[in-house]
Amino acid sequence: MSDAKFFQRGKIHELRLELNSDKKDKNHTRKKATLKKIVANMTMGNDMSSLYPDVIACMAIPVLEVKKMVYLFLINYAKGKPEMALEAIPTFRRDVEDPNPMIRALAIRTMGYIHVDKVTTCLIQPLRHCMRDQDPYVRKTAAVCVAKLFLQDRHLVENAGFIELLRDMLVDSNPSVVANAVAALTEISERSDHIQLKLNMAIASKLVTALNECSEWGQTYILESLMFVVPQEPGDAEMLAERIAPRLQHANSAVVLTAVKVIVYLMNYMSKDEDIANMCKKLSPPLVTLLSSGPEVQYVGLRNILLVVQKHPDILKNDIKIFFCKYNDPIYVKMAKLEIMFRLASEHNVEQVLSELKEYATEIDVDFVRKAVRSIGRLAVKIESTAQKCVEALLELIQTKVNYVVQESIVVIKDIFRKYPNQYESIIGLLCENLDNLDEPEAKAAMIWIIGQYADRIENSDELLEDFLFTFLEETVEVQLALLTATVKLFIKRPTAGQELVPRVLKWATEEVDNPDLRDRGYIYWRLLSTDVAAAKAVVLSEKPHISTETDNMDPVLLEELLMHIASLSAIYHKAPTTFIPHCKPRFLIPSPTLRRQNYGPGRLIHQDSYEHLYSNNGEDEFDATAKQPHHQRLSYHEQSFEQVAEASIGNQQYYEQKINAENPYRTDTTAASANKGGGVDLMSFDL
Amino acid sequence: MASAVSAIFILDLKGKVLISRNYRGDIPMSAVEKFLPLVLEAEDDGLAPAPCFTDDGINYLYIRHNNLFLLAISRKNSNATTVMLFLHTIAEVLTEYFKELEEESIRDNFVIIYELLDEMMDFGYPQTTESKILQEYITQDAYKLEAQVRPPMAVTNAVSWRSEGIRYRKNEVFLDVVESVNLLVNANGNVLRSEILGAIKMKVFLSGMPELRLGLNDKVMFESTGRSPTKGKSIEMEDVKFHQCVRLSKFENDRTISFIPPDGEFDLMTYRLNTQVKPLIWVEALVENYTGSRCEYLIRAKAQFKRRSSANNVEIHIPVPDDADTPKFRSGIGSVQYVPEKSCVVWKIKQFQGGKEFSLRAHFGLPSVKNLEDSDKRPPISIKFEIPYFTTSGIQVRYLKIQERSGYAALPWVRYITQNGDYQMRMPDSIKSSKMTPI
Repeated sequence: MSDAKFFQRGKIHELRLELNSDKKDKNHTRKKATLKKIVANMTMGNDMSSLYPDVIACMAIPVLEVKKMVYLFLINYAKGKPEMALEAIPTFRRDVEDPNPMIRALAIRTMGYIHVDKVTTCLIQPLRHCMRDQDPYVRKTAAVCVAKLFLQDRHLVENAGFIELLRDMLVDSNPSVVANAVAALTEISERSDHIQLKLNMAIASKLVTALNECSEWGQTYILESLMFVVPQEPGDAEMLAERIAPRLQHANSAVVLTAVKVIVYLMNYMSKDEDIANMCKKLSPPLVTLLSSGPEVQYVGLRNILLVVQKHPDILKNDIKIFFCKYNDPIYVKMAKLEIMFRLASEHNVEQVLSELKEYATEIDVDFVRKAVRSIGRLAVKIESTAQKCVEALLELIQTKVNYVVQESIVVIKDIFRKYPNQYESIIGLLCENLDNLDEPEAKAAMIWIIGQYADRIENSDELLEDFLFTFLEETVEVQLALLTATVKLFIKRPTAGQELVPRVLKWATEEVDNPDLRDRGYIYWRLLSTDVAAAKAVVLSEKPHISTETDNMDPVLLEELLMHIASLSAIYHKAPTTFIPHCKPRFLIPSPTLRRQNYGPGRLIHQDSYEHLYSNNGEDEFDATAKQPHHQRLSYHEQSFEQVAEASIGNQQYYEQKINAENPYRTDTTAASANKGGGVDLMSFDL
Repeated sequence: MASAVSAIFILDLKGKVLISRNYRGDIPMSAVEKFLPLVLEAEDDGLAPAPCFTDDGINYLYIRHNNLFLLAISRKNSNATTVMLFLHTIAEVLTEYFKELEEESIRDNFVIIYELLDEMMDFGYPQTTESKILQEYITQDAYKLEAQVRPPMAVTNAVSWRSEGIRYRKNEVFLDVVESVNLLVNANGNVLRSEILGAIKMKVFLSGMPELRLGLNDKVMFESTGRSPTKGKSIEMEDVKFHQCVRLSKFENDRTISFIPPDGEFDLMTYRLNTQVKPLIWVEALVENYTGSRCEYLIRAKAQFKRRSSANNVEIHIPVPDDADTPKFRSGIGSVQYVPEKSCVVWKIKQFQGGKEFSLRAHFGLPSVKNLEDSDKRPPISIKFEIPYFTTSGIQVRYLKIQERSGYAALPWVRYITQNGDYQMRMPDSIKSSKMTPI
C-alpha cells in the first residue's frame, strides 16, 4: 500500500506524457499513479502548476479518488492561475447537480476554496440551491461555504440574500447544519462592519436544544454564538446558564471551557448573588478536571483559571493544592501554576504554599526558581502574618549561594523592607556578605536602595557605596539612579560619611551621563541640597507610600474583556484581542436592564474609571520622578503585571477610541447601509 | 472568538513540512518557516516555549506527537482549546488509520491524509472527527463513482458516532473500571495531594442501535431519588465527564447515564474524586550522602491496602546522583536494577501483598571530585503498580441495561482495576551526620 515511492522529483514533461499516454489504462490505475506523483511533488513544494490543462482533463474520470486529487490540485494552484480555474467550471457545474450528495458537497466546498472571481460568480446560484438541499451533509457544507464567500466578497454575500438563508438554517431540523450555520454567522458578524449577530431568548433557547444533538465541535460553535445573547428580562440569564451547565460534564475540554465562558458571561446579567454563588460552585469541579488533561490543555486551562479566579475569588479558593507543581510538569505549566498559587494564597493555606515555594526554589530550572523566590517575597508582602517565615526562607536561600537565587532574594527583600519598615533590618549584615556576587542590575539597584535607606544603621555604608560607585559610569541607568539617591540619602543621614561622595556622584549624573532622567534628578538634588538642606531631607527621606500586592491585580476593564474571551488565545496571552489581531471588533458587556453594576471601583462609571486609571498611572510616574527614586519606590518586582497594566491602558485607549468611532456596533449603520443598498434600510443588522 | 484556523501543518522536528493544508489563504504558507526558529529562540532565551504564541500578527498553536509537530496557524483570536484538541484529534485519527503516525506513515498515505484533512476540517472549522465514521467513507479502496460512496448518515445525524446496520452474532459488552491514583507527597512525608481519576472504558459489540443505561452506586443519585443503596456504600464523585454519546441533560436532571454507544472501544466516562484514604503504597527513603565517597539508601515500602488484595508489577524508581557508581543492593524481595542513563534504581516486585512491608538497601560510590556544574536536581521517587479486582473509591457498576428494537439479549461484563497515575513522593533531604550500618 505504500505510497512513499511517489516522493521523487518528477519532471514536468515526463508527468505530462504519462498523463496523456494512450496506453491501455484499466481502472485508470496509471492515471491515478501519475496524479499521485504530481500531488506528492506538490507536497514536497515543487511547482506543478504548469500541468494544469492535463490535470483538469482528468476531472472527467469517474473515480472519486481522482476527483479529489484534481480538486486538491485546483485549490493549491488556482489562485496563481485563474485561467485554469475557468476550465474547471463546467465540471463543477455538473458536479453540483450530481445525484450523489457527496459529490455535490465536494464541489461547492472546493469552489469555495478557489479565490477566483469567475468561479465565485458561478458558485452563487448552486450555493443557494445547496443551502436548501435535501441532504444535510450538503447543507452543512453550504453553510460554511457562505463564510468562505464572505471572506472573498462581503458585499456579494450581503446583497445576494445569503445572510437570510443562513438565518433560516438556524432552525434547520439537522443539528450539524445548525451548528455550521451558527459558526458562519458568528464569523460574518465578527468581520462585518454592519452585520451584528444578536440572538434573542427564543432563538437562543432553540440553539440550546440543538446543543444536545450536535457533535462536540458543533457544540462549541453554538456556545460561542450564545455570547451574543444579551439577557433583557430578569431570569433570562439564570435560565440559560442552567441549561448550558450540563455541558460542563462533556469529555471535550473545548466544550467545557467554552461553556464556562458563556456562564461567566451570563453571570453579569444575574440579579441575585445567590444564583451567582451557585453557578460558581458548578464551575469549580470542571476547572479542576482540566488539570488532568494533556499539558497543552492544562496550560490553556491554567491561564483561563487565573482570569476566572480574579473575578470570582470564591471559585477554587479551597483547591490550592491542585496547583502544586509536579516534578515532571512542563515548565510553562509550572509557571502558570505558580501564578495561581500566589493568587489563591491566603491566611489559611499560606504555610503550605510557602513550603511548596521553598521546594521549588531548589529545583534546577532557572526561570522557575526565580519565580518561586519572587513569589516568596510577594507572599510576605501580601500576607503579613507570614512575613517572618518568608524572610527566614529567603535567608536560607541566600545561604545556598546560588547566584541567581541570591540576587532574586535581594530584590524581593527590598520590597519586604519597604512594606514592613523597622522589622527585619537585622538581616542586613547577612545581605551585605553577598555584595560581590551581584551582577544583575535589578539586584544591584535593590541592594543599593537598602544601603541608602539604612545608611545610618550600616556602619560602613559609605564604604559599600563607594565600592559600587567605582563603576558608576558603566552601570545601567537603573543602578545609576539608585546610586545617586542612595548617596544623597547617606549624605543627609551621615553628612560626614557622605560629604565626599555626594559631589562626585552629582557631577557624574549631571555632566557625564546622557540619560535625561538621571541628569534631571541630579540637578534637583543638587539644588535642593545647595539651597535648603532641611527641605532636601523632607523630600528625600519623606514617608514612603504604602506598597501592596494589589498592583498584581489585572486592570478590571481588561479583565472584564478577557473574560469574554475565555478559551481563546487572548485569554491565554492575557492581552485584549485588539492588541494582537488587526481590525478586530472589541467586545464589551452590552447594557441591558439586567446588567449588574460592574465593580470597577467605588461609585465610578466604567469609562470614567478607565480614564482615571490611565491618568493615575501617569501620575504615579511623575510623582516618582520628581520626588525620589522612581524605580525603587515603585514595586518593581512583577514587571509582568506592570506591562500588563501598561498594555491595558493602551488597550483601553484604543478600545475607547474604537468605541467612539464605531459607537455602538448594534446601531443601524444607516450611512454604510444606504451607501450599499441605496435605500437606507439596514437589512443586515438583524435581531433574530 | 471563532475557532477557525488558517492552515494545518505536520512537520518533522527539524521544521520540515511533511504535509499541510491551507484552509483560508489569509496567511502565506511561508509563515511556517518562522515556526521552529521562534520555538528555538524561546528555548535559547531560557523561556519555555508555551504551546501557543503570537508573532507578527500570526498565532502559532502546536503539539508534539512522536517525532512530529502538529501546527495550526491563525490570524484570529481562535478558540485555543478547540484548536489544541483538534490537533490531538488529528493525531488520534491518523494513528487509528495507520497504526503509527510518523514521517514514514505520512508519506505512505499522503493522498488519504489530504482527504482526511479536507473532511475533518472545513474553512478552519473542525467537522467530522470520529475515526470509525470516517473509515466508512474515506478509505484506501478506490471507489468507482458508479458504486457510489455516500456520506454516512452519522456524519450529520444526532447520533454522529455510530452507524446503522451493525451486526454481531454474539452481543456482548465489556466494561473496564480503571482507577488511576495520583499522589504527591512532600519531602517530610506529608500527603499534599491525593486524587483518583477513574475511567469507565467500554468495548461494545452490539448489533443495531442499542439503548444503554448504566447504574452506579452514585451518592448524588441515591440522594436525589431518596433511595439508599441496597448494599455497600455509595460514592461521591467530584466531577464527571462523559463521552459525547451520553445524554448530558438527562444526567443533569436525574443522574441517569443513558446513551447509544459507539461501536467498539471508547471511554464512556471519567470521574475524579479526592480521597482521604491512606496511600496504597507508601515508600520511605533514608539517604545518607558522604560527598566525595559514597551514598547509602534505605528504602522501606509498605502496601497499605487489605490483605486479600495484591499489587502486581510494582516498580519503585528511586533517583540517585548522576555520578553514582559501583552499586550494591540488598533487598528482601523482588529484583533491583541500576539504570545509570536515568540516574535511578528500579526496584521491581512482581506481587506485593496488602499489609506487607519490605525494605531495600542500596550503596553507591561517589567520585571524590564533584563537578560543581552539576546542580542538584532532585526528582521524586515514582511508583508504578496495578491492583486488580479493586477500586480505591469503591465505585460499583450496579447494572448495565441494554435494549434494542430486535430484542436480543446481551451480556455485560465488568472488571475493576486500580493503578498508579502520577504517583510521586519527593525525595527527603539526605542526612549527612547520622550513622547507618553499611552493607
